[in-house]
Order: sequence, then structure tokens, then C-alpha cells
Amino acid sequence: MIAESVRFALSGISANKMRSILTTLGIVIGISAVITLLAVGAGTSNMIKDQIGKLGTNVLTVNRALATGGRTTGGSATGTRTQSTNLTLADQQSLDDPVLAPDIATTAPVVQAQAITATLGTSTHSITSTLGTTPAYFGITNFTPTAGRLLNDADAGQAVVVLGNSVAVDLAANVSTLVGQTVSLNGQNFTVAGVLAPKGTSGLNDPDDVAMVPYTTAQDKFTGYSPSLSSIQVQAKSADVMTQAQNEIQQILDARHQVTSANRDYQVRNQAQVLSTATTTTQTLTILLSAVAGISLLVGGIGVMNIMLVTVTERTREIGIRKAIGATRGNIVLQFLVESLIISILGGIVGILIGFGASSFEIAGIKPEVQWWTVWLSVLVSAGIGLVFGIYPANKAAKLRPIDALRYE
Amino acid sequence: MATPIPAPAADAWAAPVPRRAPRPVIALDRVRKVYGQGEAEVRALDGVGLTIKRGEFVAIVGASGSGKSTMMNIIGCLDAPTSGRYFMDGIETGELDEFQLAQIRNRKIGFVFQSFNLIPRTRAVENVAMPLAYRKVPRRERHQRALEALDAVGLSARAGHLPSQLSGGQQQRVAIARALVTEPVLLLADEPTGALDTHSSEEILDLFESLHARGRTIVMITHEADVAARAERVVRMQDGNIISDTGAVR
Ligand SMILES: Nc1ncnc2c1ncn2[C@@H]1O[C@H](COP(=O)(O)OP(=O)(O)O)[C@@H](O)[C@H]1O
Ligand SMILES: [Mg+2]
Repeated sequence: MIAESVRFALSGISANKMRSILTTLGIVIGISAVITLLAVGAGTSNMIKDQIGKLGTNVLTVNRALATGGRTTGGSATGTRTQSTNLTLADQQSLDDPVLAPDIATTAPVVQAQAITATLGTSTHSITSTLGTTPAYFGITNFTPTAGRLLNDADAGQAVVVLGNSVAVDLAANVSTLVGQTVSLNGQNFTVAGVLAPKGTSGLNDPDDVAMVPYTTAQDKFTGYSPSLSSIQVQAKSADVMTQAQNEIQQILDARHQVTSANRDYQVRNQAQVLSTATTTTQTLTILLSAVAGISLLVGGIGVMNIMLVTVTERTREIGIRKAIGATRGNIVLQFLVESLIISILGGIVGILIGFGASSFEIAGIKPEVQWWTVWLSVLVSAGIGLVFGIYPANKAAKLRPIDALRYE
Repeated sequence: MATPIPAPAADAWAAPVPRRAPRPVIALDRVRKVYGQGEAEVRALDGVGLTIKRGEFVAIVGASGSGKSTMMNIIGCLDAPTSGRYFMDGIETGELDEFQLAQIRNRKIGFVFQSFNLIPRTRAVENVAMPLAYRKVPRRERHQRALEALDAVGLSARAGHLPSQLSGGQQQRVAIARALVTEPVLLLADEPTGALDTHSSEEILDLFESLHARGRTIVMITHEADVAARAERVVRMQDGNIISDTGAVR
């Protein structure tokens, strides 16, 4: 009887193809939206996890806090305190203290040179991030050379540069040929000491679009002898002592800057924490968007119910005939339920395929990853919609009295 | 269902059937059907008794509103009487639930309607096979028996046609094939020629006569005298009562 119901239902669906397709569309859109959004969410969280791995889980960054310094609490409206809002090389060196900061492994100062363009012959590349730093930086940030070498202590003050992979590939087809060549950074000649191995794009920004020069060279050629650093990179001894390391940094710098936790003029950030906050945000966003997609599924389900009610009304006479020739209530329920199930599951399957199709594209730098559980869930949900929204119309059809149904015009 | 009938009247039907006299196909015992209540009350059937034996060809005639369709609905197990009893092939229908009534309709009755009532967009052979689908006959056998039934009404050449591709007379013959495919004990026809031209009507009535000659029990409702004249027995109705019966057994 099931096979028979399927056959009857299929003929019912094909009798009104356009309408069936339009009804299915509601489910198709809902399911494909859910699949794609969850895939994007998964892709984003993959990307963030990746980034955490690349950054290292034991890196802390000390930044200048721009706005905090002048602000005071309560009545001291004059704000007479003269604080150093700068982060200096001396600050950085003070953190390399095995007694006061036993949990800190190494530190590196960072100055940032703005708007640097690298030129080699006719090739140019505008570098996103040009840093002046010390050799310790490479160890902290997990950069390794793919050609040549990293910076060493002997490079201090020399016009040498280590190029990030994205910069290098723009300047030369074979990056290893760059080593030893002279490139111009904003018109100043630098010898390429090495090229970094790629970390791979992480979507939001390209970690390989960088160049590093010795700290003193950067001051010399780009930033001038301002005592201020852009940031200090700190490596804790392990990922387990991040909190202790952070406390030690704050104790040392609070004392040096004569500030308290209320008016700190700097900020210590744990990259892994920043990213896990980002993960949570992404997840919340994914859930919200999926809820919207879920609502569109609900609307699709109501569409199915609507069309099934129209179908039942349209086919009242047919129902009467079937009952007269011996169809039981169960037969009629089954026929219409199977019809709404087929419409919904078909919509679900097409939605899944479209979801896969949409997820094969990179969306805003994120590579979506379809989760298999969402596929099974979609099949279940669409079947559920067919059942839930089909049962009422099917029951309505089955309850029709044959004489009333036969009289219906 | 409550049956406020005194005991003796039931004896004629409930008593064991003698061997020589087979049980009647239809036995109506003081059947009443009342529509509406109070002021609006209509007695569509007012205590009708009627017995139709196996192999009879009966025409039920009467003016419009005399209760013919109401009687047909009750005989066809499509509707239940307000009171009184109806035995279908010896089975008291008042005691049956909806599921069992559906089975009675499927196994014992073949319907032919004025407006053919074929299922649209469904090929003739599938229309004919449909009652068999509701009694779980295998697909192959169903198809075979449907073709045979179509052959019996002279339409085997049209088996693959849709109802919309057939003339009125042809559609009615498909409907008769559908009614006969289950080998029912009763062929129940409500104004079977009402929507047909004279020529097609003749064809249908000829078909009925030949079915009758081969022993089928046929009950046909009509308001046309010349159609009724083709039947073996004529039951005339008026205001919910039988006023004459050419073959009355009682
Ligand atoms: N569903 C109904 N509700 C109320 N009155 C009805 C209904 N069906 C039939 N009747 C009434 O019952 C009487 C008999 O009707 P019907 O059996 O259709 O007669 P016929 O078929 O002989 O024309 C008529 O007076 C009709 O108005
Ligand atoms: Mg009538």
C-alpha cells in the first residue's frame, strides 16, 4: 500500500508541476541557507583555530593604550599627572628579568614603519606591515626562513631585510633568487637576508605580507629616534603560565609607568584569548543566522501546508470517488501525507545540493566546510516538516464524508 | 447503532436462510432517513422496506426529491440510515465501523455515477484497476484484471487513454469496467444515462442488459420512463415511500 500511495502521490505532484516546484522552493531556500550558514560558521572557526596555532598559544602582546592615560576617575578634573604614554625599549628590556618575571621566556620590541613599498627592478609590492625588531621576534612568532636566513644580532643597524613570502613572490618568480639581492624600500637600498616560509592566508589578513628589518635600522631609516615602540612581543615559558606571565608584565610596567589597573596606559593581550573571543562571536553569529534560516524553513513548511490544503480542496471529488470504491481513511491519509513528504524531502535534497554548491565558494576569505551532521539533520528536518505540515491536510481529506465529497463541484 | 425496531420484524432477515433460497443482496427494513431538525426536518426516506434478490435488474424511479439518491447512498454504504436496518449480502451494516464499510464498498458494491467520476489525469486502465489497489491485489494481476474488465465493456483499445480523451459514453463504460473489476455482488448505478446522448445511453443499457443476462444484480436509479422500461423490475418512489413495485415479494 505504501508503494501505491507513493504512486498516487507522485501523480498528484506531477499533475501540478509548477505549483509543486514553487512549494518546494520554500524548503529548498531554508535548507540550503541553513547548510551554507553552518558551513561558513565551521569554516570561520577552522580558520580561527588555524590562526591560534600559527600565532602560538604562549604569546602575549603589550600595546600602548591610547585613551586611558589622561582619564582619571571622580573629581580630579585637572588631570595633572604626567605619565609616559610611551612603551620604550627600556620597558621591553625590563621584562627580560628572570627574577621579577620568571615565567617570561623572551621578549622582542616592535616598531612599525608606515606605507613601505618594496621595489626590485620593475616589480613593486606595497607591504602591509613593515617591522623593526630584534632576532628574538622570529622565534616568538614562529617564522622560519624558506631561503637565506633570519636576522641576527650582527645585523643591528645594517640595511638588511627579511621578506615575508607574499612580498617575495611579488618581487621574484623564484623567491630563493632574492637572497643577497638589493631591494629598495621607499627608495632606500636593503640587502635581502632571507625569505620567510609562508604561514598561509588566514582570511582576515595575510600574515605573509610583512618585512622585517633590524630595530635600529628601522629607527634610522623610517621611524626616527622616537623612544616609543609600537608593541612588545612576549613569549611565556609555556601556554600554562600565560596568566602568571601577564601578571608579571603588569607588575613591572605598572611600577615603571606609575599607574594602577585603573589607569593603565598600556594593554597586555593574549592573542589566543582574542581569537577565542572571536570564535565565540562567530558561533553566536552563526547560531543567529541559522535561526533566521530556520524561520524561513518554518515559512516553507507553512507553504507546504497551504498547498496541501488547496490540493485537498481541489481534489475533494477525487477523494469521494476513492472512498466510494473502497479507500479507507488510512489510505487517504497515507496518500496525502506521502505527497507532502515527497515535496518536503525533495526540497530538502535540492536544498542540500545547493548548500554544497554555495559552500564550495570562498565567502569573504572564508572556506566554508559543510558539516555532515547538518546534512542528516536537513533530511530529518525536511521530512519532519512534511509530516507536521502534511498531517492536518491529510486528516482533513480522510475525514471527508464520501457523499459530501462526491457532491462537491 | 441503536435500532428501535420491535423484535418480530427482524425475523425475516435474521433467521437462518433456507438452503434453496439464497440470501438477498439487499434487504431494507423500515429504513428512515431524516435530514435537519424541527421546522426544517425532511423525511427523505420514511420507513422503506425493500428486498432485492441475486440476479435482479431493478430500476428505482420517482420524481426529483422523492428520496432516490438518499436510498442509493444507504444501499451503497455511503451513508447510514437514521433508523431501520440494512442488510447488505446478509451483513447488517449498522454494526459496522467506517473501515468495515469501506471494505464492503470495495468488495461487494460497484458504483456507476451520472457524472462518470473517473479520476482525472489517470489512464483508463489505472482507473479501472484502482479498486483492486485498495484490496492489495498485486500490481501485475491488477493490470491484467483491469484489461479484462475493459475488454468486457468493449474498450480494450482505449486502455491507455486519459478520461479527457474519451467520449461520455466511453467514460461511462470505463466506469462500469471499474465497478465490475472486483466482481461485486451488486452494481449500483445512479442515473447512469443522465449525462449521455440517446445513442450512448442505448449502449450503456444494452451493456446492463447483457450483464443482467449473465446473472449480475443491478440496481439503477433513473427518472426516465424509457430507461426504467429496460429493467426487469421497477420500484417507484414518492415522498420517501415506495408507492409501487412491479416485483414485490411481500
Ligand atoms: N444532505 C441533505 N440535507 C438536507 N436535506 C437533504 C439532503 N439530501 C437530500 N435532502 C432532501 O431529502 C429529500 C430527498 O432527496 P433525494 O434523495 O436527493 O431525492 P432524489 O434523488 O429522488 O431527487 C429532498 O427533499 C432533499 O431536499
Ligand atoms: Mg437524486
